[in-house]
Amino acid sequence: METIISTKPLLAVLVSLIATILIAITGERARNLRETWTILAAVTKFGIVISMLPDILNGKVIEYTLLKITPELILQFKVDALGIFFAITASFLWIITSFYSIGYMRGLKEHAQTRYFAYFAIALSATMGVAFSANIFTAFLFYEIITVSTFPLVAHKETEEAKRGARKYLTYLLGTSVAFQLTAIVITYNISGNLNFSYKGVFGGNVSHLIITITFLLYIAGITKAAIMPLHSWLPAAMVAPTPVSALLHAVAVVKTGVFMVIRVVLHIFGIDLLKNLDLGTILAVIASFTIISASVIALRQDNLKLRLAYSTVSQLSYIVLGVALLTPSGITGSVMHIVAHAFGKITLFFTAGAIYIATHKTKISELDGIGRQMPFTMGAFTVGALSMIGIPPFSGFISKWYLSLGALEAGDIFVLAVLATSTILNACYFMPIVYVAFMKEPKPDPHHHGYNSTAIHEAPVFAVAPLVLTAIGTVLIFFYPSFFLEIIKIIVANVTGGN
Amino acid sequence: MNISDHSSILIIVIPLIASIINIFISLFKRSLCYSFFLLILGICVILSIDILSNVINSGTIRYKLGGWMPPWGIEYVVDHLNAYIIAIVSTMSLIIAVYSKESIKQEVPEPKLPYFYSTYLLLTTGLLGIAITGDIFNLYVFLEIASLAGYALIAIGEKRSVLASFNYIIMGTIGACFYLLGVGYIYIMTGSLNITDLSLLLPNLYESKVMLAALAFLVVGVAIKIALFPLHRWLPDSYTFAPSAVSAFASATMTKVGIYVLIRVSFTLFEPRFFTEITPLSSILVWWAIVAIFFGSIIALAQTDFKRTLSYILIAEVGYMVFGVSLGNKQGFIGAVLHILNDAVMIACLFMIAGGLMYRVGSRNLENFLGLNKSMPITMAAFTIAALSMIGIPPTAGFFSKWYLILGAIEAEQWIGAIALLFSSLVNAIIFFKLLEKIYFAKKDNIPKHKFPELPFSMLAPIVILALSILVIGASTGKIISKVIQFTVPGGF
Amino acid sequence: MEIIIGKYNYWIYIALMMIGFYAMITKRNLVKKLVGMNIFQTAIILFFISTAYKKNATIPILIKSQEVIDPAQYINPLPHVLMLTAIVVMVSTFGVALAVIIMLYKQYKTLDEDEIIEQLE
Repeated sequence: METIISTKPLLAVLVSLIATILIAITGERARNLRETWTILAAVTKFGIVISMLPDILNGKVIEYTLLKITPELILQFKVDALGIFFAITASFLWIITSFYSIGYMRGLKEHAQTRYFAYFAIALSATMGVAFSANIFTAFLFYEIITVSTFPLVAHKETEEAKRGARKYLTYLLGTSVAFQLTAIVITYNISGNLNFSYKGVFGGNVSHLIITITFLLYIAGITKAAIMPLHSWLPAAMVAPTPVSALLHAVAVVKTGVFMVIRVVLHIFGIDLLKNLDLGTILAVIASFTIISASVIALRQDNLKLRLAYSTVSQLSYIVLGVALLTPSGITGSVMHIVAHAFGKITLFFTAGAIYIATHKTKISELDGIGRQMPFTMGAFTVGALSMIGIPPFSGFISKWYLSLGALEAGDIFVLAVLATSTILNACYFMPIVYVAFMKEPKPDPHHHGYNSTAIHEAPVFAVAPLVLTAIGTVLIFFYPSFFLEIIKIIVANVTGGN
Repeated sequence: MNISDHSSILIIVIPLIASIINIFISLFKRSLCYSFFLLILGICVILSIDILSNVINSGTIRYKLGGWMPPWGIEYVVDHLNAYIIAIVSTMSLIIAVYSKESIKQEVPEPKLPYFYSTYLLLTTGLLGIAITGDIFNLYVFLEIASLAGYALIAIGEKRSVLASFNYIIMGTIGACFYLLGVGYIYIMTGSLNITDLSLLLPNLYESKVMLAALAFLVVGVAIKIALFPLHRWLPDSYTFAPSAVSAFASATMTKVGIYVLIRVSFTLFEPRFFTEITPLSSILVWWAIVAIFFGSIIALAQTDFKRTLSYILIAEVGYMVFGVSLGNKQGFIGAVLHILNDAVMIACLFMIAGGLMYRVGSRNLENFLGLNKSMPITMAAFTIAALSMIGIPPTAGFFSKWYLILGAIEAEQWIGAIALLFSSLVNAIIFFKLLEKIYFAKKDNIPKHKFPELPFSMLAPIVILALSILVIGASTGKIISKVIQFTVPGGF
Repeated sequence: MEIIIGKYNYWIYIALMMIGFYAMITKRNLVKKLVGMNIFQTAIILFFISTAYKKNATIPILIKSQEVIDPAQYINPLPHVLMLTAIVVMVSTFGVALAVIIMLYKQYKTLDEDEIIEQLE
């Protein structure tokens, strides 16, 4: 495999860090300039990431060694197909989220906007860092930076509730990563003397099965960002954050970093063969299945829209984990595909939740009667997102679910198929009622606004609505043109299965 | 005559004599004292760098005092470990000396400042002496010079510091006496006091019970000096009530030099195999350290006074280093030696910030951190770095020493130890994130109306330098290990 | 029995040490603690000195007329020298401790530890 040495991955990471500095310097005085930096950084970042794509598609990898701290702990970037896939998704959605953030923050006249945009940029830098990490140490470093830099975003409102949520967020993410993930990394190094992600895994043949199993479980428990039960409850707690944060970070960047790390660990630390031999994939699949079903059931009972979305996220993230746990080509394809499919769908849903909040200050599902008539664009996009989550064509969610089911059949696992079917029904059960009440029910008279015509169109500002319409369209486009993504996934699968 | 040949004696003699000259200078012109004081410490830093580079380039330096041949005369032996400790001590003493200019003004009346400077120089002399000498009795003398200066410096702090200092005197003297007793046993058996000579003589005597008693006395004596739980009682009060600069200096160097003595005694004076195989001492120390880590961390959690919190964290950190040293494998040892540097920088930085808090706000209570990012943004940024390093988040220095320590623990299959290290990281995370939340997310109406100005430059600069060096040290961990630390690892690991 | 009588010097030093230790730990009066500390240190000095002693040996001074020097005839001078240094250390410690006690007395007008702690609270 050809390796190119290039600073591009470093630039992709640095560009938003530079933006952070510019944002901090510009500050509240020149808001338009400050927002320009965000947009500029987002676009540049996406440009850099995309510019690496042709080489990757030609089967090359791009490497850049930043710093050899010690002989074994090296800060190194390596762009492979899996990394660039995640990077494209995250950096593209950052552009859209940036516009949405502007609409949201200004629409609600939020405080401390400079801090918000600055930390947002840091979080994205770190996300790129995770995507392009060449070894688990570098990934761990950026993983921790994400945790720390999103803490101020979660605590943004500075109320007691926000602080409590942020504390829980930090305790779960930092606590488990220091306690479990770091231990797992140390054990990995102790056994194999190698921390680099490699296509066949790093462990040699003759390692104690018990140690491997323990290490594997430590990794799974340590990568809490994937919100695998029972270590998921930081995600609902983090919903106190402003909606754009929930949208990009808790539907895309942060949680996807988690599942991305799980995929990395499964494929590139342990390797398919080892996990198959030890039957550890099944354990992971069972945990993931449990998460899918129980998170969906909990979602049914949530009245707060964002909380329902959060539990839906918990369940959907485990699709990705489940797919990779199947350890078959189609399973992996479905799993990776679901990263982008879920990202587009869920970000749309969060955007709509935010737009509803901007326009009406409503957060509860029971208050949404007839809101579709006030906000047709928003609720239309919501419907698209919901259908995609359920997995109905012609929306992106269908593609990934299709491959996941194929993967389950390949693995000969009827149980997994049953889980997917059950969860689809549950998804429909918690999403469709929202769509139904929004469009079919008569709006309840609003006690606070006498004489206020609640059937007239009353949308959120265009900065907030345009992005969600765009992502909804994206959901449809992915369904019709999935080949762009499937090409990359083909390389990912070929790498780990040895070209078959 | 090449000055460089004599730098190992000059680094002791210069601050020692300067501490007396300083008093005379104060008789003529008191304002000159501070400049003189800084100059001397600056010279020490240059000498220590010279020593370090000599050691790196040409190996161990042996300096015979007065031309007497060892083992009869006193010999100064500087190998990589000594040079490393000397560099840490002298650099920290200079940085904290810069810091002390403003901070000490509030704590010591102006006419008495020259005495403070002299005592500070004596403390530096003592610490450097411990690190440089190759003679176990000479080491005792320097240990007492450092301790005496330490008692005096601590006693000039707040009202309660005097009692703390007295308790420290009692405990410290017991520790020193135990050490002396250990020296006595060794002397009876061998008739020698030179470490190099002893390391050749002692292996024949390993079967003797006296050696075990000697090592036990030495280790317990040192354990008191480094405040290894449960012999830590003197530390929290002393470091809490001492003047800010003294807390910073003492916490950064005194315990670290103690760890150095532990390493020397366990691995140079005796062979590692005596420490790990013939006697059960290493496993006793490992468990002892684990208890210290747990204890220090848990108690730290319950404190409301910032300096006291730091003191208990320091007790846990001492546990880290003793743990790493006594694991008896290479990784753990590297971790411990690396942590000597990292912890010195981190804890000094945090104690200096605590001092800054006292300087501006006038209280050390944790509640005073509320909304401090508005008034002291730079200090608080430095605090954030130091805090992250304490928790052990990469790429700060704290992560790397913890990495090696955990690696060592796993290699020794000391799982409880690994858990203790992680547990302490988590406790630090709780402590420091609580503070960070107070600093950055205080409710508007809770923040005191009065805005404090940022610290004066001479206090701010040392804090910032240390905070930045946490990052730099973290990034150059590999270099430090390959240039210095790997040569300190005792043979047989 | 032989152990006790034959090595009585060690027993004495242990006894002295324990007396000092006892005083340091149990006495509440700070000066008494200090005296205990002094006894403790003295015990160690005695220990060193007694190890140097040999029966029927002479003081270690070279006499010009004597031609052959037999080390067995002399008391080992080195422990004495070491103890000179140790005494200096001891005296300085004592000095610092007394200074601290004076400061304490000025502050609290008492030297009883319990009373001082009471005043602190």
